[in-house]
Amino acid sequence: MSAPITKHAARQHGSRRISEPAAVRWLLTAIALAFLALFLALPLAAVFSQAFEKGWETYLAALKEPDTLAAVKLTLLTAAVAVPLNLVFGVAASWAIAKFSFTGKNLLITLIDLPFSVSPVISGLIYVLIFGRQGWLGPWLEAHDIKIVFAVPGIILATVFVTFPFIARELIPLMESQGKDEEEAAMVLGASGLQTFFRVTLPNIKWGIIYGVILCNARAMGEFGAVSVVSGHIRGMTNTVPLQVEILYNEYNYTAAFAVASLLAFLALVTLVVKTIAEWQVQRQLQD
Amino acid sequence: MKLFAKHNNVLPGFGPTMGYTLLYLSLVVLIPLSALVFKTAGLSWSGFLEAVAAPRVLASYRITFGAALAAAGINAVFGVLVAWVLVRYPFPGKRLVDALVDLPFALPTAVAGITLATVYSANGWVGRYLEPRGIKVAFTPLGIIIAMTFIGLPFVVRTVQPVIEELDAEIEEAAACLGASRWQTFCRVLFPLLTPSVLTGFALAFARGVGEYGSIIFIAGNMPMVSEITPLIIITKLEQYDYQGATAVATVMLLASFVLLLVINLLQKWSRRYAE
Repeated sequence: MSAPITKHAARQHGSRRISEPAAVRWLLTAIALAFLALFLALPLAAVFSQAFEKGWETYLAALKEPDTLAAVKLTLLTAAVAVPLNLVFGVAASWAIAKFSFTGKNLLITLIDLPFSVSPVISGLIYVLIFGRQGWLGPWLEAHDIKIVFAVPGIILATVFVTFPFIARELIPLMESQGKDEEEAAMVLGASGLQTFFRVTLPNIKWGIIYGVILCNARAMGEFGAVSVVSGHIRGMTNTVPLQVEILYNEYNYTAAFAVASLLAFLALVTLVVKTIAEWQVQRQLQD
Repeated sequence: MKLFAKHNNVLPGFGPTMGYTLLYLSLVVLIPLSALVFKTAGLSWSGFLEAVAAPRVLASYRITFGAALAAAGINAVFGVLVAWVLVRYPFPGKRLVDALVDLPFALPTAVAGITLATVYSANGWVGRYLEPRGIKVAFTPLGIIIAMTFIGLPFVVRTVQPVIEELDAEIEEAAACLGASRWQTFCRVLFPLLTPSVLTGFALAFARGVGEYGSIIFIAGNMPMVSEITPLIIITKLEQYDYQGATAVATVMLLASFVLLLVINLLQKWSRRYAE
């Protein structure tokens, strides 16, 4: 090819033919947006509209219910245990997987992803099979008066299971793409292993961690199926916020159900905002 | 599995991090899941068959897998369209729309469930226009499809979107220079390039739909033989203290999701090879 000019000319000539006519573009955009409006925006708007249907007073009264407050407390506790546990695991696993080569790596990654492909109901069921009255440890637990299933520990265990892969699967590809040159340089310059991790690796994966944590937290606070199996639905005791939503809804107390649901919907919106920001930051970091 | 890192690595910490990873993985995932396998192995063959092949359970497989198939199909069509529009066409508020696509990941399933049930009920925002035309969504299998479409949408969009972004404009220019119309270019050049990712997204959405519980039970009506999904069967059996039956049906579900996982892995391998 003789000169950049010809290439440029070809592109200009071709540009009309590698895009669609304006009418088609407009139509496709309209269909896509209509679909998203119907399936995503409308339900989201409906949550808040239903929650505030009877005004602020009713809304606040529904949130101040003792059972609802107890559910909020339990949900916060569950997330406060599950997220740090999976964060430590996620960092350890991604360090081992991304910075070293070993046989069986792909198998390990598949096993880490496993909880994603298990139905939430089954995630709860397995803990009933181990800790329930007819389960493996059931008789022993009963003899020692320890309650796990239909109590708080069971809820936490099931939540840890369903949120298990979130942080690890975010950090593994990120750390793999960053390679290990910077860490090796730090080590060669005399930094200790921990210094290298905290001063070099951690700043590099900061936004990846935030991304993973926010998604892990959203799932931990919102999990329904798994928790519903192990909770036993004892009001004020073993009800998380999503279970409280279910109870209120099934009692035909729709306004209260949507008021409590609006808390979770708000959490989802915050999650989306933080997630979007973290995504931009990660992309910017990778481009640098 | 050989657990020794290659020796030319100067970085420390492989031993402890790998040890902790395997320990935590075993405690949280592998041992609990094996409980299900062992419990099933303890069932008699006839007892197992009786539980997993009862007419009501068989009907629930048909409903669950059928609805998941339909929902994944809807998502494959509209998901590709949304991904295409998000990558190729400028429009105001694009970033907002792009972020909104992940809503089904972030919104708790119970909230999605009660909201969809309300929106599609006889006097809901959408239901009031459908019901007079004889289309009942809430408390029918159609409702199950709607809920599964909602939760499956991001899987297709987020799988296809990066592939469209990576498409080389020169391929389309070449097709155009060789005289292909835009439609021919799409059908013969672009679509084959997108196929592996569309199938992966379809399989991911299908797998998610099959296992889904929270967003479906509120809109489904849960009528045995008509709109009762398999995860609900497991819960019902548990509530009746029929642990054997619940375990048996759960094993069938687990096997189905393992097969799907395998298919998804193969599809991803295929699409990676395609990309190279």
